[in-house]
Amino acid sequence: MGFKKYLVKRAITMFGVLMATLLITVALVGSNMDAILKQNVSLEMRQQVTNNKNLVSSFKTPEQLDAYVQNQIKQRIVALGLDQPWYTPQRLGLSMYKILTLDFGHAKFLTSDTGSSAVKDIILEKLPRTILLFTTATAIVSLVGILIGAVAASKVNSKIDKITSGFAIISSSFPVWWVGLIMIFLFAFVYPIFPARATPEISPADPGYLLSLLYHMTLPLITLVLIGFGSWAYLVRNFLVGVLQEDFIMAKRAAGVDEKKILYRHALKNAAPPIVTVLALSLSGSLGGAIITEAVFDWPGMGRLYYEAISVLDLPVIIGATYVLTAFFLVSIFLADLLYGYFDPRVRRQ
Amino acid sequence: MSFSSKEIWKEFTKNNIALMGMGIIAVLLCMSVAAFVAIPAYTFREWNDPASWLVYPKSALPAWVNYFLPQKIPEHLILKPQEFHQESGNLYVVTDVFVTDYKYDSFPSDFIYSYTAKYSGSPLVQLSVIRPDGISSILMSASLPASAEEATFQGMMFSTDNSVRKNVQNNIAFLFPTDSIPSQDLVFSDLAKNNVLKGNYVFKVTLYSVSGKAALDQSQFVLGGKVYGLMGTDELRRDLAVGILWGTPLALFIGITVSIGSVVLGLVYGVFAGFKGRTTDEVMMRFNDVIYAMPALPLLIILAVTIGNSIFLIVGFLVVFGWVGIAKVSRSMAMQIKTLQYIEASKLMGQKDFKIIFKHVLPQLLPYAFASIAISVPAAITTEAGLSFLGLVDPTFPTWGQILHDASVYGAAERGLWWWILPPGIMIAITGLAFVFIGHAMDSIVNPKLRR
Repeated sequence: MGFKKYLVKRAITMFGVLMATLLITVALVGSNMDAILKQNVSLEMRQQVTNNKNLVSSFKTPEQLDAYVQNQIKQRIVALGLDQPWYTPQRLGLSMYKILTLDFGHAKFLTSDTGSSAVKDIILEKLPRTILLFTTATAIVSLVGILIGAVAASKVNSKIDKITSGFAIISSSFPVWWVGLIMIFLFAFVYPIFPARATPEISPADPGYLLSLLYHMTLPLITLVLIGFGSWAYLVRNFLVGVLQEDFIMAKRAAGVDEKKILYRHALKNAAPPIVTVLALSLSGSLGGAIITEAVFDWPGMGRLYYEAISVLDLPVIIGATYVLTAFFLVSIFLADLLYGYFDPRVRRQ
Repeated sequence: MSFSSKEIWKEFTKNNIALMGMGIIAVLLCMSVAAFVAIPAYTFREWNDPASWLVYPKSALPAWVNYFLPQKIPEHLILKPQEFHQESGNLYVVTDVFVTDYKYDSFPSDFIYSYTAKYSGSPLVQLSVIRPDGISSILMSASLPASAEEATFQGMMFSTDNSVRKNVQNNIAFLFPTDSIPSQDLVFSDLAKNNVLKGNYVFKVTLYSVSGKAALDQSQFVLGGKVYGLMGTDELRRDLAVGILWGTPLALFIGITVSIGSVVLGLVYGVFAGFKGRTTDEVMMRFNDVIYAMPALPLLIILAVTIGNSIFLIVGFLVVFGWVGIAKVSRSMAMQIKTLQYIEASKLMGQKDFKIIFKHVLPQLLPYAFASIAISVPAAITTEAGLSFLGLVDPTFPTWGQILHDASVYGAAERGLWWWILPPGIMIAITGLAFVFIGHAMDSIVNPKLRR
């Protein structure tokens, strides 16, 4: 199987996953969604009719007016296709098409900081913040992890190696959000250095906003790095230990190449494919975990948006956010596949 | 890669890390048994019932912090009485005595005496104190509502009642102005200066009845303090030690059920796909890919919100997303085993596929299955804790995540209530670690690649 064919197959699977996830989401919230849409329609029609003074005065009794409004609502519902249940193929197709074209409609309760209730606006506002926090964290984690992992791998069974492994196992068994609570306790209560709530108080229009956002980002960032780099270092160490036992490294050693050069230039390069794959996967994994982490720190990103939308059951936002989260998740998985092929020529040539 | 179970067990007991994991799990199991024995299952409901925690203090530190403090914080004491009866002529006297050794450096926040009296006529209830310096004083007296027939009356006496202070002011000669000082600070005060007088205090409740027998039931004296019990209390006055104890069997149940469920499902699915091969395999594995690539947490949240949030449903949802990885591995293992000769032989003998799978393939994978059960427990526990933390799981059961959810709602971290946050998280981590230890130890025994 060629690499291209493999990629196409993966892409199709990914698209299938996206569709399946959306279908499940739509199926789960569909009946609620219908009720909300119908409510919106009746509200809208009532307003239209009452705003039209001429029309209202043309009715003699309130019953007639009511009957007229009901009729209008019914017509509108039929016109929108809401008279059929959400699971008919037409409706399902339409709602999937709408989501695919990023037409998420309007939120029921939530608004963006600028006051827009369009789901697209809300998501576009929150997404960069999540990406900012989690990509920065992943970048730092991988850098620190690779460095420590390399050191540990070069001195197998040394003290550093054992500490790294121990720290990796212990740090990965604590939930990130719990460590977040502890960090808030330590650095917002005991030593009040950082704010406990990561949402800046000043408005986004303010020129100092970005700076304030970065300051508020410090505590969640430290937490993510603290909890993440241990297992990373452990992973890198294991990959490197495997590579360092291979023949070509022995050959380099025999040729008298500097040990550091072997480690950083030759071994690390050969351990790169799995490392990069795991990197992309961990980025997508952390995006999923963002919901709880952001809820703990009150970081104004996608995760908290999702949490808020769930707690008030704002369905359009839930569907929109699920779509975007899933899409990011899948893109990073796909990217991992691509990178693997790029770094490991064997995959391409097969 | 076949091992006898005896061999595995032998290596297992030689492995220190595995033994450590087993030790922790044994402790956790003991805690679970203790929870079931000490606290009957139906009292689970009481966790969220504020009425059952009324006599407990609000956000009290654990009592052991006093060992580390130079100034001892008063402990919250819920005292049970010693009962005495006396009868002389037609006077019937019931006396409840509460003794406490008060050795703290500040005054109690208040005291409350609560009782249920069974009587007829109109008896008198009187609360008095005998201090370490021998001085005694009536604190409060109340006559119960008159009743010709047998009656019960629930009453409470509060230190905040004005008559308590007046009685104390009248009976004890303090050498300092007492007007602006709360009554509990006077009762426990030195005569010369308003400092704590340490020593044995005896609180005496006497019920005088002239018309027949009377009884004091559910009599308890609560001395309000700021530290309580082994783990303190939360903002809703709940004893956190009880919550942590109850959380143990729940966490074990969730973790073990989810991991066994997902491993069994994944194993059967993977083996079936791998054994059948061809189109069946292709279709099953594509389906597996789809589930594998789904973002689990958002979907779990939607499922919990729309379908239901009972613990059993959550366990089911976790299984739905938990089996995929195991299915992938067991498929490739089954494909290797499939090529072995004895499988071909039984195929030629005309055995049915199902029989071959269950009799010859699955047993081969059992060591791997046990290792993956142990390894997947922590993830199940943390995911459930995470969902609880978001407030998406049925709150009737006090899981550790639920306790942390409440802590976060009441801003425990920002307010420095560390005893509310630390223990649940540490318990989650310890439980996870125990299973990780066992899983890794088993993995290194049964996985030929890791054997050196």
